[in-house]
Amino acid sequence: MIEIKMPRLSDTMEEGAIASWHKHPGDRIEIGDVLVEIETDKATMDYEAYEAGTLSEILVSEGATVTIGTPIAVLDNGKDSGPASAPASAPASAPASASAVTTTPAPASPVTVVAPARAVPAPVNKVVEPQHSGSDGVFASPLVRKLARDHDLDLSRVRGTGPGGRIIRADLSDLLAEAPTPAPSRAVTRPVIATGPIVDEKRSSQEVVVTKARRIIARRLSESAQSIPHFYVTAVADAHVLMEMRTDLNKQAEAKGLTKISVNDLIIRASALALREHPEVNASYLGDDSSVMLVHNRINIGVAVASKHGLVVPVIVDADVKTVAELGVEAKFLATQASGKGLSIDQMSGGTFTISNLGMFGVEEFTAIINPPEGAILAVGATTREPVVVGDEIVARYRVRFTLSADHRIIDGALAAQFLRTLTSLIEHPWRIVATEG
Amino acid sequence: MTIKTYRQTLHDTLRAEMLRDENVFLMGEEIGVFEGSYKITAGLLAEFGDKRVKDTPIAEEGFTGAAIGAAMLGLRPVVEIMTINFSLLALDQIVNHAAKIYGMFGGQAKVPMVIRTPGGGGQQLGATHSQNIELYYAFVPGMKVVAPSTPADAKALLLAAIRDDDPVLFLENLALYNTKGDVPDDDTPAEIGKAKISREGHDLTLIGYSRMAYIAKNVADALSESEGLDIEVIDLMSLRPLDRETIVNSVKKTHAAVVLEDDWLTYGIGAEIAATISDGAFDYLDAPVRRVAMAEVPMPYSKVLESAAMPTNDDVINAIFQTLEAVGRRLKKVGQSHD
Repeated sequence: MIEIKMPRLSDTMEEGAIASWHKHPGDRIEIGDVLVEIETDKATMDYEAYEAGTLSEILVSEGATVTIGTPIAVLDNGKDSGPASAPASAPASAPASASAVTTTPAPASPVTVVAPARAVPAPVNKVVEPQHSGSDGVFASPLVRKLARDHDLDLSRVRGTGPGGRIIRADLSDLLAEAPTPAPSRAVTRPVIATGPIVDEKRSSQEVVVTKARRIIARRLSESAQSIPHFYVTAVADAHVLMEMRTDLNKQAEAKGLTKISVNDLIIRASALALREHPEVNASYLGDDSSVMLVHNRINIGVAVASKHGLVVPVIVDADVKTVAELGVEAKFLATQASGKGLSIDQMSGGTFTISNLGMFGVEEFTAIINPPEGAILAVGATTREPVVVGDEIVARYRVRFTLSADHRIIDGALAAQFLRTLTSLIEHPWRIVATEG
Repeated sequence: MTIKTYRQTLHDTLRAEMLRDENVFLMGEEIGVFEGSYKITAGLLAEFGDKRVKDTPIAEEGFTGAAIGAAMLGLRPVVEIMTINFSLLALDQIVNHAAKIYGMFGGQAKVPMVIRTPGGGGQQLGATHSQNIELYYAFVPGMKVVAPSTPADAKALLLAAIRDDDPVLFLENLALYNTKGDVPDDDTPAEIGKAKISREGHDLTLIGYSRMAYIAKNVADALSESEGLDIEVIDLMSLRPLDRETIVNSVKKTHAAVVLEDDWLTYGIGAEIAATISDGAFDYLDAPVRRVAMAEVPMPYSKVLESAAMPTNDDVINAIFQTLEAVGRRLKKVGQSHD
């Protein structure tokens, strides 16, 4: 005995109505006979028998509506009623009823290959239901089988119109039209960032114009990273006194209505003083074809600024002869202008050393790429409170880390280390930064 | 661009390469005084002298071997074998020497030679002089086999073949010598191993080389006109190396393919193409790959029988229609020829 249930005839179908019964209790049923016409939300469709037998009972009468899976009739296939779908007489060699369906006839060769285990991926099992064991019953082109897998289509209900009844792509037009697109691409909707067409579906890539400024930045950075042998020296300085001094200075500045100074202003000045002490760092290599290098007498410090136009490096000329307050005003002015109308070529040229500070983003330490033709760049991290051993106690102190990227062709490790030692000493004794004569 | 015959293009390209590189020289039967059985070498003996245009005895094995030796020592011989049928006499030299010396002796000597030779039937030359046996050479690693179907491709591939450091069999076709086409004036060599999509389309992929690529293009153009069919045509250009990627990508788009060849069906080049499609585009096929080839007989001498044995436009059209019907296109049968 087999219970015939209300089938799912479309993806959106939840219930179906019996339009009319084509067979009546007592009728002999062959596989493929139309049993019943079912009305769904979309259409009225014939439903064919998947098993032969005798229709013994109709459970849902014409005009009635039931949900998917509700038994609508009982078919007597000459076997005891039991688990409805278990084919009791499945051959012992078939590992499972589902895979038995898709087993290809064993080749008449001495080598017996057991194919069923790797027959077809899961979704296809839906295509061939366990009831109609025996022959596959579905005869479809490779393209159709792929589409059925991708779109979760039930090929057993498709009538093939190709040679020998093969299901071909053309036979799927209706099913594909009603089938939703494959689930993965439907499930997620992503924000679209740019306006251009998608050029790569898999990555959903769109083209964004690379501005002229960005192309210049890209070219210069590539040149620098590829042609200059960079090496990196990192140091850490205790900035406790520096922070106290800054707080103190800013209190006075506030009282007088003056611009506050930042840690970066102090570091610019400290770097300028360290460069004065180590002029070999304030230098430019001119290339392998040149018999000379340049050592610069003026100390012009570029300050890397992230502006809406991209990375720009305005230059503060003669940074070693300006006071911290002057440097603070000038740096602020240049940064504002960089983000606003933009900087002039003059404001961005003539640098001898660059400072890049990502401390405001909480970056602890990083390395920077040298801004040619300069010989070195200082990458400054955040000034943060950390546990430090002072004497025999662990105390919280402000610390700052900075990394010098140097052009090894003209700056050796020892020189870089000496420069950093001077810089560290200035930061740790910050009154020297403000007190040293310009 | 200049409009030229396939024959004239071969002549002009040979001459240009001889002017460009004094190591390029020609050898073959009747190519000098008689100016070539198909007049490809007309005037070259008079222009370049008998040191660079060598008439040889009727001894294919001997002069092919001599060319291999010359190539190993740095010259760039271009051998004409009067028709591909006679290359069988030089099979040992080509297969066992030209193709193997570079690999077998650890790269000590390259064999930069070209064997120019026409294949093809249709001239009532009988069973032994009408064959398409380029497959024998395309089968052999170490060889390159190119087969242009247009004057422009003949130029680009001959330039590439002469400048290539491996032995190249350059397949011409008797039926193509008088075909005309635009030929670029500049000397840009083709990339050996790249197929050409000579017509873009979505309904079906039609694949051929040499004369069958010519027929494929003509049939596809005619069916576009008469039936509104949108057929993609691939001209293989090179049989070894074979551009499998272009073939597979096309079939992924069209879901159906017909392969054309002038040789026999069994064990033929079409079988290799069909296997390539099965490997690379199985899940995209909506119909079996169909092949069109000549009848499995030694080519008859009788004109009527010869025509019946060779694949025709109608054979190609029927295969296309059968394949399109197998994917659900309803077409009316055509009986008349599109020649």
